[in-house]
Amino acid sequence: MKTYRTHLMVCAGTGCVSCGSLNLKDHLESELKNRGLSDEVKVVITGCNGFCAEGPIMVVYPEGIFYKKLTPEDVPFLVEEHFLKGRPVEKFLYTGPAVKEKVPLLKDIPFFQHQVLRALRNRGLIDAENIDEYIARDGYAALSKVLSSMTPEEVIHEVKISGLRGRGGAGFPTGLKWEEGRRYDAFPKYIICNGDEGDPGAFMDRSVLEADPHSVLEGMTIGGYALDAHQGHIYVRAEYPLAIHRLNIAIEQAKNYGLLGKDIFGSGFDFDISIYPGAGAFVCGESTALMYSLEGKRGMPRIKPPRSTEAGLWGQPTVLNNVETFANVPAILLNGGEWFASLGTGGSKGTKVFALTGTVSNVGLIEVPMGTTLRTIVYDIGGGIPEKREFKAVQIGGPSGACLPTSLLDIEVDFDSLDEAGAMMGSGGLVVMNDSTCMVDTARFFTDFSVDESCGKCVPCRVGMKVMLNILNRIVEGKGEMEDIERLKRLGQHIKETSHCGLGKTAPNPVLSTIRYFRNEYEAHIQDKQCPALVCVDLIQFRVNPEKCKMCGLCKKACPMEAITWEKKTPADINIEKCIRCRSCIQACKFGAIE
Amino acid sequence: MKWAEEIPREEWVRIDQVIHKYRERHGSLIPVLKEVQDICGYLPKKVQHRIAQGLHLPSSQVYGVVSFYTFFTTTPRGKYIIRVCLGTACYVKGSKQILDNLQRELKVGVGGITSDRKFSLEGVRCLGACGLAPVLVIGQETYGMVTPGKAIEIVRSYP
Ligand SMILES: Cc1cc2nc3c(=O)[nH]c(=O)nc-3n(C[C@H](O)[C@H](O)[C@H](O)COP(=O)(O)O)c2cc1C
Ligand code: FES
Repeated sequence: MKTYRTHLMVCAGTGCVSCGSLNLKDHLESELKNRGLSDEVKVVITGCNGFCAEGPIMVVYPEGIFYKKLTPEDVPFLVEEHFLKGRPVEKFLYTGPAVKEKVPLLKDIPFFQHQVLRALRNRGLIDAENIDEYIARDGYAALSKVLSSMTPEEVIHEVKISGLRGRGGAGFPTGLKWEEGRRYDAFPKYIICNGDEGDPGAFMDRSVLEADPHSVLEGMTIGGYALDAHQGHIYVRAEYPLAIHRLNIAIEQAKNYGLLGKDIFGSGFDFDISIYPGAGAFVCGESTALMYSLEGKRGMPRIKPPRSTEAGLWGQPTVLNNVETFANVPAILLNGGEWFASLGTGGSKGTKVFALTGTVSNVGLIEVPMGTTLRTIVYDIGGGIPEKREFKAVQIGGPSGACLPTSLLDIEVDFDSLDEAGAMMGSGGLVVMNDSTCMVDTARFFTDFSVDESCGKCVPCRVGMKVMLNILNRIVEGKGEMEDIERLKRLGQHIKETSHCGLGKTAPNPVLSTIRYFRNEYEAHIQDKQCPALVCVDLIQFRVNPEKCKMCGLCKKACPMEAITWEKKTPADINIEKCIRCRSCIQACKFGAIE
Repeated sequence: MKWAEEIPREEWVRIDQVIHKYRERHGSLIPVLKEVQDICGYLPKKVQHRIAQGLHLPSSQVYGVVSFYTFFTTTPRGKYIIRVCLGTACYVKGSKQILDNLQRELKVGVGGITSDRKFSLEGVRCLGACGLAPVLVIGQETYGMVTPGKAIEIVRSYP
């Protein structure tokens, strides 16, 4: 391989691509060529770097200098200064939200400091479309070790020692699942990778698949060996075309290298993987539903037992794991289960990838040891709440999860502590909400989601969730009664106990958790007919409070209906006849003068 | 409003090719439906019947699958499909308002198609680009950090 003095790692995750990173790459390459630097400086396209908020991102190695928000116009100057004259360009360096000092090196940026990369070990370091780069970072070394020197039982034993629990939501111990799967002596057996990632507000699996597809292929192949399965399927959401594209490339390359297909590494072990794009149904993330979907049917979960490990896809023993679970496997086999278990808490070992989004300064993809507190995640890594707003809640676990309030910020995030708090790890979406979010409306939002996505097979989920939604709609319209709170709690409990699959068993969580932690907001909606966060339009009067109005006129500018009258030095006024209740003025007003 | 539900002859030919390609394969209904929808843009009843016959499946099963998955549609779509993300991260950052504004701008409901058949407007659940919330996708193009005003500008910029 040719060696270069400098490598420019340009992020081509979905976030950066839509901010123009591919265009940036083209400009960089042509500028380097014009300056005669093509032989010294190489531009590499990598998967998601994680710090999506600052995209497009470029990291310069070997130094590790982090550039953010680059545009094609910046390129000539940057190339001249940095790569010809050797002077990093200050104005493109990172500055924190609090301190105004420039932070040149990636490793010193607080966003990265608290992170430990295991599942994302190759993040921002390799070109996902080039197998050589994966191999150069110890890729396929675990597979080689496994096939040449370990029995399937030893593999499973090692995974058990690691304490790895499934990253798809429920946290089932992976080693146990594999042991179960191995027990059934049948042919064929299947191994499935769940890349459906339906939780809204989660994009971890997408990033793993886009940035490091080989780690998943390697993990699945190791799984195949351990289980005596020879066929793997990856079920990927149809919304992730780039992930599908990169997986196809990766499979092709692995086959060419003899790392997939017949007689891998000359060991006599055969394993093949095919990709299956989903067709858009949240419930297909559930394991049995996913298998029906793979068979070309409606994705409706079925009652267990039999477990899939006994009778899964096409009635054959099948082991299904999440993308991140598989991505962890090669590192475990290479470094040993003990190594993996050295991080984390009593019941949850290793690290977890989270998608940190919502109203937080540093939006992005993070990986932290299990047991890291929410406070560290939101404030140290996330950089806190922007625009002088207050933290209100963090939503974890998507539609099966919960909204956790300030008082739980010091909770150490792992499977068990979240369970206790009435939440769920889910797949790892963390949506931060500030004080302009209404908790009742949020609960309504998730309930609406679950009603939409329920497969309709069982009554508690199909009808019960609909009734909950009706009650919530009533409350946000100002027609609620105090008894509604108890009704919601009772009904939610019934639905949890009697539903058929994981969707219904967890769908009431958003409502139950908001009642538990934000009961006062429900009461405000019902008793005072007020929405404290000014979200529920039926409870907003759309009136300007002259005492708070600073007469700046921003609301008038924001109003699409010209319903606001305002002159310099007089408070604004809203013409209710013209007002369409779109909330544009509320968002525009910096002083909270509209009520 | 009457949409010409005619499927041109050459599309029928391509549909049959897809069916033929998958005929022998186990559980191929969903990939077939996908490819056929790529050809026609949507899956009207007569096309569903054709697929059912070709794959030797009951029509009810084909319809059952078409109606189950959000990816499939039985009504025609516009030239550009506008998808506004209503996932959590986007919702928290005000994507609902973007959708409302676009409905007003295009004079079309969610799931509808403009009278000139130029745009379809859809609300979707999480596009996996939450880092850029709120997100709007038109065709293959992803727009991040969209404001309600900017959304209208973007849509107007389409020829
Ligand atoms: C309604 C529902 C949706 C689910 N969605 C996903 C998903 O999107 N991705 C995922 O990996 N697991 C999802 N799961 C969990 C899977 O059923 C399964 O437990 C998991 O993929 C097993 O892999 P693991 O042991 O590696 O976690 C979902 C479960 C339910 C009930
Ligand atoms: S919530 Fe909109 S992209 Fe995820």
